[in-house]
Amino acid sequence: MNAIRIIAMQEIRDGLRNKWVVAAALVLALFALSIAFLGSTAVGTVKAPGLAVVVVSLSSLTVFLVPLLGLMLSYDAIVGESERGTLLLLLSYPMRRWQFLFGKFIGQVAILMFAIAVGYGIAGAAVAWQAQAVQSSEIMAFALMMGSAVIMGAAFVALGHFISVAVRERATAAGLALGAWLLSALVYDLVLLGTVAADSQGIISENLFSVLLLANPTDAFRLLNLASFEEVANFAGTAGLASTGAAAPILSALSLVCWIVAPLSLAILVFRRKEI
Amino acid sequence: MTATELIELNGLSKNFGCQCALDRIDLGVGRGECVALVGHNGAGKTTLIKLLLGLLEPSAGEIRVFGDRPIGRWREKNARRIGFLPEAISFQQQMTGLEALRFFARLKGVPTTDCENRLAAVGLADAGGKRLKAYSKGMRQRLGLAQALLGNPELLVLDEPTTGLDPDLRRELYQLLHVYRNAGTSIILSSHALSELEPHIDRAVVLKQGRLMGEGTIDALREKAGLSIRIRVRGDQQRLSPITDQLTGIQARAINGQTVELTCLPDQKVPVIRWLTANGGQLDDLEIELPTLEHLYRFYRGEREQTP
Repeated sequence: MNAIRIIAMQEIRDGLRNKWVVAAALVLALFALSIAFLGSTAVGTVKAPGLAVVVVSLSSLTVFLVPLLGLMLSYDAIVGESERGTLLLLLSYPMRRWQFLFGKFIGQVAILMFAIAVGYGIAGAAVAWQAQAVQSSEIMAFALMMGSAVIMGAAFVALGHFISVAVRERATAAGLALGAWLLSALVYDLVLLGTVAADSQGIISENLFSVLLLANPTDAFRLLNLASFEEVANFAGTAGLASTGAAAPILSALSLVCWIVAPLSLAILVFRRKEI
Repeated sequence: MTATELIELNGLSKNFGCQCALDRIDLGVGRGECVALVGHNGAGKTTLIKLLLGLLEPSAGEIRVFGDRPIGRWREKNARRIGFLPEAISFQQQMTGLEALRFFARLKGVPTTDCENRLAAVGLADAGGKRLKAYSKGMRQRLGLAQALLGNPELLVLDEPTTGLDPDLRRELYQLLHVYRNAGTSIILSSHALSELEPHIDRAVVLKQGRLMGEGTIDALREKAGLSIRIRVRGDQQRLSPITDQLTGIQARAINGQTVELTCLPDQKVPVIRWLTANGGQLDDLEIELPTLEHLYRFYRGEREQTP
């Protein structure tokens, strides 16, 4: 466990040194504040709406930004060390390969967690400070959004690690990471919607549609946040889902956890067998 | 494996796909021994080093380091007993030298308070606070050596340790290695700089395309190779010229008006010197040139040069 802690701490220190942590927190804060305060300019006002509305807006932002940050942090975790020539030396030290990989994962998730906590925290605090009254359920919805953003981010960090151990060149890893992001954040939903629209014979049942939705981590994140609290669901147009009970949020959370465990386990498996 | 041997290889082979990187290598390395792995690029030196460190698994044969196969839990137990300097040493550029060394010390489980001393030992006492992006190649190499020496390892594995070092630093590195060897540390090093290796090693292992072509002390390798030696004699040319008639198998070549170069087999060295002493008259100078590690390397690689 000591090796995992040392590698994770080193990853955090590196993130601080190369300004990754600050840059990620700033990007998230900037986008979150813009959405929170300038999101209503289309209807002629520049002021913060309620926290529940901000959760809806930020959820849409999060599914684009956080996966991208997670993949950017992690795509060269192993292949980058290999190309820089540091991997051979590090692996000669008294630790197992899974410990090295897991330490990197923990460190990168910690960086992402800090960026989300600071970036979204600033926006949330500013909105809450401006709002006349904030309900506790709204605060809980915002907290859930931040927490689940970290979990979704961790899923993409895990995916980035898998990509990083599966390839031999950093450029290939960067291309695959970008592809994974495009697929999950943009293409998947478009294809799914297109398929449903084209499915005149009803082959895709409601259950299958739900499964397909849960199979994508960004959709699982959206579902978790937009269906967990009624205040949020009312604004998001997912009140029907919210009223069906706790099944959707739990399944969404489960999907996100699976998206952490599966790529990370595969990454460890591949890394253990990889010839350095 | 004898009680004093740290490393034992029996029929060790490693294949990458259909390419054979190491082919049935048998080798043992004892405590306090300094063994050089010599060979061209692609000879299998780095593959052998990776196998010793447990970074690769053998395709066939057996490898034991500290008495065990270097796989699985061996790493947690034994990796801290090894100091490793890779061929192309690289560090995170934003760190300072001291920060990098402390990180490696923590990873190895040795006190970080020792890091300043290690930096001083490799001549980087004043550069510990500098960021690594400002380090020259030689400084990075020295820092790499400092990390390899952390925790006083029982086995040092150095892949091309003199790369990027100027002649003074190379001499200092070999002096440092002598100190560790005398303290009982076994050293395995690979190098292309054969001429400078010779006085610092106990044994040489010649590899070619993954095969072990020759192994032993320099004297043993010389004896086995039976390469000719050269004796240069400066003196009276008239008195030296009958040697080729009186001793068989001797070749003589006048280099200039004053010097004759005699070429003979190793077992003829003493008869030649006896003859010179008895018949050579006033000798102004006598110089014996034995086959160097470079000559032996060429011989064992199959480039059969008969004379140095």
